[in-house]
Amino acid sequence: MEEPVVECRNLTKQYGSLVAVDHLNLTVRKGEIFGLLGPNGAGKTTTILMLLGLTEPTSGSVRVLGLDPARQPLSVKSRVGYLPDQVGFYDGLTARENLSYIAKLNGIRGKEMQDRIRAALDQVGLSDVADRPVRTFSRGMRQRLGVAEVLIKRPQLIIMDEPTLALDPEAVREFLDLIRRLKADGITIMLSSHLLHQVQAVCDRVGLFHKGRMVLEGTVSDLAQRVLGGAYRIHVEADGGTALDEALRRLPDVVQVTRDGAQTYHIEARSDLRADVARAIVEAGGRLLALSSDVPRLDEVYTRYFQKEATYAAA
Amino acid sequence: MQQPEALTRGRQREGSPWTGLWAVVAKEMADYLTSVRMLILEALIVLTAAGTIYAASQSLRDGFGGDTFLFLKLFTTAREPLPAFVGFLGLLVPLLGIALAFDSVNGEFNQRTISKVLAQPIYRDALLFGKFLAALGALALTLTSIWLLIVGMGLLRLGVPPTGEEVVRSLWFLLVTIFYGGVWMALAMLFSIVFRQPATAALASLAVWLFFTAFWGIIASLLAQLLRPVPPGDPLALIDQVQLELALARISPNTLFTEVALATLNPTVRSLGLVLPIQLHNAVLGTPLPATQSMLLTWPHATGLIAATIVLFALGYVLFQRQEIRA
Repeated sequence: MEEPVVECRNLTKQYGSLVAVDHLNLTVRKGEIFGLLGPNGAGKTTTILMLLGLTEPTSGSVRVLGLDPARQPLSVKSRVGYLPDQVGFYDGLTARENLSYIAKLNGIRGKEMQDRIRAALDQVGLSDVADRPVRTFSRGMRQRLGVAEVLIKRPQLIIMDEPTLALDPEAVREFLDLIRRLKADGITIMLSSHLLHQVQAVCDRVGLFHKGRMVLEGTVSDLAQRVLGGAYRIHVEADGGTALDEALRRLPDVVQVTRDGAQTYHIEARSDLRADVARAIVEAGGRLLALSSDVPRLDEVYTRYFQKEATYAAA
Repeated sequence: MQQPEALTRGRQREGSPWTGLWAVVAKEMADYLTSVRMLILEALIVLTAAGTIYAASQSLRDGFGGDTFLFLKLFTTAREPLPAFVGFLGLLVPLLGIALAFDSVNGEFNQRTISKVLAQPIYRDALLFGKFLAALGALALTLTSIWLLIVGMGLLRLGVPPTGEEVVRSLWFLLVTIFYGGVWMALAMLFSIVFRQPATAALASLAVWLFFTAFWGIIASLLAQLLRPVPPGDPLALIDQVQLELALARISPNTLFTEVALATLNPTVRSLGLVLPIQLHNAVLGTPLPATQSMLLTWPHATGLIAATIVLFALGYVLFQRQEIRA
């Protein structure tokens, strides 16, 4: 089996008495997009800094591309691109000048540097404004320039911290497209976020962080199955009184039925029950007015998970 | 803060700590040379240089200076209402040093560029040392060009070339001036690591500068009187007290610079401390010292300034290494 791109074993980081990251186990495989999710202060950024060797772990081990970031920081940092939360630039310099500074710090010079800068600017669609000072850039452009800076070193892994925060919806869409293109180029990507529906759109797998621990890990539908109990949600509008309630609840694989007003029902199920629901309503003598289903949303997983946590804590 | 165990684990780091150093130096230098802040300061210094040197050369042409070491007198001759050029330097060089560095590290934090830069394959050492070298380089460049400007003006106005002796003395003075600025630059850089706000760092540096310029002399004298009281009729105790006061005063970089200026630019100065009549036995007063002797006389001052620069930088270096970089 191929070596994982990122592997953390019992990774722990303490700041005084505060445990920022607590015995974290995490594996990211080559070519996937992995999402680190969780509220602010859950330990996402600290984990990222440890992956880059910018902060030393208190205990546990980290391997990035088979290297130890604490011992071989230069090798790790020349292979891993990092796009920090609200990345900054030297505002007085142009996009090209900012990029050439980063290239030189990576030991890339001369013609090679010019070629890579041109390619990176092309890739993020900033070629037209390459010689304008960064001061004049919009947030979306700055974020894309941040990606260009990361691409300069031709990384095998890109780590992005809250990359879509403070972008407008159009800029977010463009940015997510860009991330998909990078994945298509074979680059492994880790991104942290608390904006869940955006993460859901691009991530192959996600890890849910809570108080320094990764409490859930898997694909979005996996998590939905585990946390919500049912991965399918069906919404029905039907006229037929209380008999329908009973009929729906009796169906196999139904987890929960809630009624919203007189005619609207929400059904959670473990399998796709749309046809069975329709039949059950008709057989119970009801009139089916509308039926729809939606994929589970990460937001729901998240909210439900923390509701459960709160209940346990209270009990 | 990093965990102590991680610091004491004592392991070999991969690669050279200076990887990427020259990229940092080149970028910072370019920033300095194009920044408006530097332009203003350079204009200010050039203007004072032109004004005071013109006034001094006017005096010298009128024959006030005698006929030896005319070039050195360009630096030290004052003509009402302007003070001499060295007097101005004593004020402007610290200002220049502080202006170069007060936002060098916290600026990276405020622009949110620090984590990005440190995520490149370089160590923190290279970033900080690169900034220090670039600032020192910019300082040296500015002061050297002004020095050349003065030599050029002197040639035009006085019509005589400087002697070898004068060139050696003024170059030594230039070197000391650079490190006099270096002390203030290193201090401002230290404050730029300690304080997140550039304005706070600038104010703190200026406060230290003002303290040494305006108050340290008075405090040194008070301290000396307190620590070495002189009983009436005890000349030895008096000498003791004066020497303590002098030693205390020399903690201030301003005192060191002034003394170097005095001894280097005025060859007849033979001692910077207390001279007792008995020590003047057999001395021919008013004869100049050779340049090497003047350099020897100011050697401790020069090493003191260089050492202070290095110590302040080292302190900043340690603090920066231990700083948490998440902004």
